[in-house]
Amino acid sequence: MGSLRALSVTEQIGLLFVVLFGLLAITTMIAFGRTLGNRSDAQLAAHEQFKRDLRAVWVGAVLFWVAWVAGTIVSTVLFFVVSFLALREFVTLTHTRRGDHRSLLLAFFVVLPLQYVIVATREFDLFTVFIPVYVFLAIPVVSALGNDPQRFLERTAKIQWGIMVCVYGMSHAPALLLLDLPDYADRGAFMVLYLVAVVAVAQIVQEVASRRLRRRPVARAISRTFSWRGWFAGAFAAALAGGLLYWATPFKPWPAVLMGLIAGGSGTLGEFVMKALKRDAGVRSWGGKASVTGAVGLLDRVAPLCFAAPVFFHAVRWYFGI
Amino acid sequence: MKLPEAAGLLLATIARLITGAQGHWYGAPPKAEQRIYFANHQSHFDWVLIWAALPRDLRTITRPIAARDYWTSTPLKHWITREIFNAVYVSRERAADEDPLEPLMEALRHGDSLVIFPEGTRGNKGDPASFKAGLYHLAEAFPDVNLIPAWIDNVQRVMPKGEVVPVPILCSVTFGAPLTLQPGEEKRAFLDRARDAVIALRSVH
Repeated sequence: MGSLRALSVTEQIGLLFVVLFGLLAITTMIAFGRTLGNRSDAQLAAHEQFKRDLRAVWVGAVLFWVAWVAGTIVSTVLFFVVSFLALREFVTLTHTRRGDHRSLLLAFFVVLPLQYVIVATREFDLFTVFIPVYVFLAIPVVSALGNDPQRFLERTAKIQWGIMVCVYGMSHAPALLLLDLPDYADRGAFMVLYLVAVVAVAQIVQEVASRRLRRRPVARAISRTFSWRGWFAGAFAAALAGGLLYWATPFKPWPAVLMGLIAGGSGTLGEFVMKALKRDAGVRSWGGKASVTGAVGLLDRVAPLCFAAPVFFHAVRWYFGI
Repeated sequence: MKLPEAAGLLLATIARLITGAQGHWYGAPPKAEQRIYFANHQSHFDWVLIWAALPRDLRTITRPIAARDYWTSTPLKHWITREIFNAVYVSRERAADEDPLEPLMEALRHGDSLVIFPEGTRGNKGDPASFKAGLYHLAEAFPDVNLIPAWIDNVQRVMPKGEVVPVPILCSVTFGAPLTLQPGEEKRAFLDRARDAVIALRSVH
């Protein structure tokens, strides 16, 4: 792997994309091949689910490629749009009242754009405290001015939580792009790719492991499949993937493994939390089919990234002491 | 592309960005035939939502009803309703010798489709108010026009009464199976049946 490290940045990234798209193409061909034989209904249903996931991965991969080709500004805008769509879905699922109207306007049209402007200008100190401190204090003030005391704390907490996950969490992905690391200039795209790759590996392995192992679920009321063993399998697979990708990162091999473990582990926990949220909102399964309001499960797909990105981002900053 | 068309496209895009404006069709596919859509009314945004949920080629032949005194009061309002939406204007103040439904009848005679909110006013919450008689009279006068019920979900959260800026929240419009006036059916019975058809769409998934 040392020779891979000697390649130039562009060559390394090009290589990564070739590998990524190659793997995707092979998977798609195998998936297509499997549709030719006779299948039972259950297998067909599982296959449909798999096809939907695969399509999502394709879309994600193409988006990353576009973002890399077009540069950091476009990637930041791309993450901004995803943040907006995720927050829109989150607010749709939570029960807000009339009095929250102004707070929601503040969240969508002030906090969301400002956070991404702060990222783009690399003001990382302000970026870290803007939402957890200032917005946390501003939202309840605006909500209180809405003159509705009913379930006030609950409503304010929900809005703040939605902003934390969909805006704050998500904005750490473009922040990785823009982070200036020692001897690692202009390679931010790698960090994002590394993060997305380990999180995706953790998710897939955990999913497969929970199906195969059939362990007792930790929290049956929230998820029928989530078990500690499945979670460990996912996190360790992410660590392995992180180690294999170390040549593309500014880390030494062992820290690369550890970073993969941290990011993958927190990502799958984020997915688990999102399941609890869906249960609370009364959505049983989105399963790729649009619900009445058109919530299509984008939140499901981005939640692992929203949870993993901040943890990973701060781990990186501590590691390099910046 | 002319200016009104471009402005319409922009408006529909914004509406979709803010609300998703998902159209779900149960019982009647989106088709370029003459129709009267009737829906529950909760917000000023209702018409834009239905309009954005329609396929693009149906938008040009589907017209809203607008209050003449309000929507012609400034040049901009007049331009939007006339050029983009091609609205049918009705007067709220009734002259003694004038049928208030006459502009609607005129539009239907032309072959246009209409969107009407038979509650007459915006409701607050829960079930829609009882329907006004206009729908019955139109159904009686134009038995060949399909009457399509529609349920608009969630839109009161996007823009509650008294607010001007919409919050991005996903909404949907569910279109149901066409309704026909039975021979000899009473006015009240028909209007209640129409209202039930709209309410029934709330729980269709």
